[in-house]
Amino acid sequence: MEKGTIKVKAGLAEMLKGGVIMDVTTPEQAKIAEEAGAVSVMGLEKIPADIRTAGGVARMTDPQILQKIMEAVSIPVMAKARIGHFGEAQILQAIGIDYIDESEVLTPADERFHINKWDFKVPFVCGATNLGEALRRIGEGAAMVRTKGEPGTGDVVHAVTHLRAINDDITRIANLPREELMTVAKELGAPYELVVYVHDHKKLPVVNFSAGGISTPADAAMIMQLGAEGVFVGSGIFKSENPMKMAQAIVEATTHFNNPDVVARVSRGLGSPMQGTVCSGLDEQQMLSARGW
Amino acid sequence: MCRIGVLALQGSFREHVQALTKCAVHAYEVRLPDQLKAADGLIVPGGESTVIDKLIKKYGFKAHLDHFFRAGKPMMGTCAGMIMLAGKVLGQDIGWGYINLTVERNAYGRQIDSFEQDIDLNLNCRKGQDFKGIFIRAPKIVKVGTDVQILGMLGKEAVLVRQNHVVACSFHPELCRDLRIHQYFVQMIKKNKRES
Repeated sequence: MEKGTIKVKAGLAEMLKGGVIMDVTTPEQAKIAEEAGAVSVMGLEKIPADIRTAGGVARMTDPQILQKIMEAVSIPVMAKARIGHFGEAQILQAIGIDYIDESEVLTPADERFHINKWDFKVPFVCGATNLGEALRRIGEGAAMVRTKGEPGTGDVVHAVTHLRAINDDITRIANLPREELMTVAKELGAPYELVVYVHDHKKLPVVNFSAGGISTPADAAMIMQLGAEGVFVGSGIFKSENPMKMAQAIVEATTHFNNPDVVARVSRGLGSPMQGTVCSGLDEQQMLSARGW
Repeated sequence: MCRIGVLALQGSFREHVQALTKCAVHAYEVRLPDQLKAADGLIVPGGESTVIDKLIKKYGFKAHLDHFFRAGKPMMGTCAGMIMLAGKVLGQDIGWGYINLTVERNAYGRQIDSFEQDIDLNLNCRKGQDFKGIFIRAPKIVKVGTDVQILGMLGKEAVLVRQNHVVACSFHPELCRDLRIHQYFVQMIKKNKRES
């Protein structure tokens, strides 16, 4: 019996496809998310919108809170570790968390290196703004990627930009002659074998979700049509007027992303979505998606 | 040509469609109950059973599925799909009752305990075949009912079973390149189509 193989790590992400992963801060919120049809929950002390306002150093969530969330629901539970903070990741693995998000939403613990994710049995998801970054994370052992939007803003623009950037690069590489791939690998700063994989399969080697700024059913339907394989919704649910209704509507829009009649029906009468912050109004210091190297 | 629907509410439906396409049949995604009508067989994929269950109920699938089942059209469920097809799910009110099994969700543990192991396959009365079993937060078959044939074992546990026109397994044949289980299911559908 082999545990913690890349097949079972990446396999769980395959099972989450077409689903919505929701940020929660309490067992009660986790239950609402599960009841609404979340495929998994991300346990946090504060949701990204509140991390932005609070300032200070954002760290891993208290394991006690995470364990209570794990007891409250039967779906997989994810949690965030700081970029490069393998100590936090070890704790998360020790309490049996199902997926670790090495996340730019928290304050980075290492300015040069990410965690060596091959050291762990628990799978990792990492953020990326472009193909090179995605392939570097996969090279380090990530079993799932999420394209970074700008977390906690409710503004979907960066999620769109980064997903398009990755897809454009994949299309370009898929159409290149093989002899150009080593130079592409050098330019992207990505492992050659993974560039070859992208060339041969016209896709990333692992599942790619979209995250950051998705806050309505329409956002989810659009991002799925752009090629995301599922969505993370952070502040968009519990910062909206009616979290249960919003959560259910985003779940249905993610499944029926290609069916505007369904998306229109579930979009009606949801109350206000989160108020949000316009990304173009943020200065460089406030941009979380720029973290990660 | 055979047309096989893959329930595409959530989960590993794309991998099933790809595997079926390699078996040279027409596979398509089913997201609304009406789309079941054209199918000669149905696969319920892996995913999160709680999510699949909710969307099934919300979109009024159950009566259409019952009709499909009663018409004797073959169905196959993998992992979460097996939970959906089962007669009884311990502690939970899900399961459509199409195969006489009692199953327990996440019975092998959390993700950290997910594993790969070869299983003993017994398809078409040929014993002694190995198949790479990929078990992810897998359900366990805790009781095999009467009239249920065991087609795959993991040690002493049944992991691949069949009752009449319904096949279920607790692992993910759609995640490996080995097409034997999909081919077996396709043969069932072809035979059923010829005879009806």
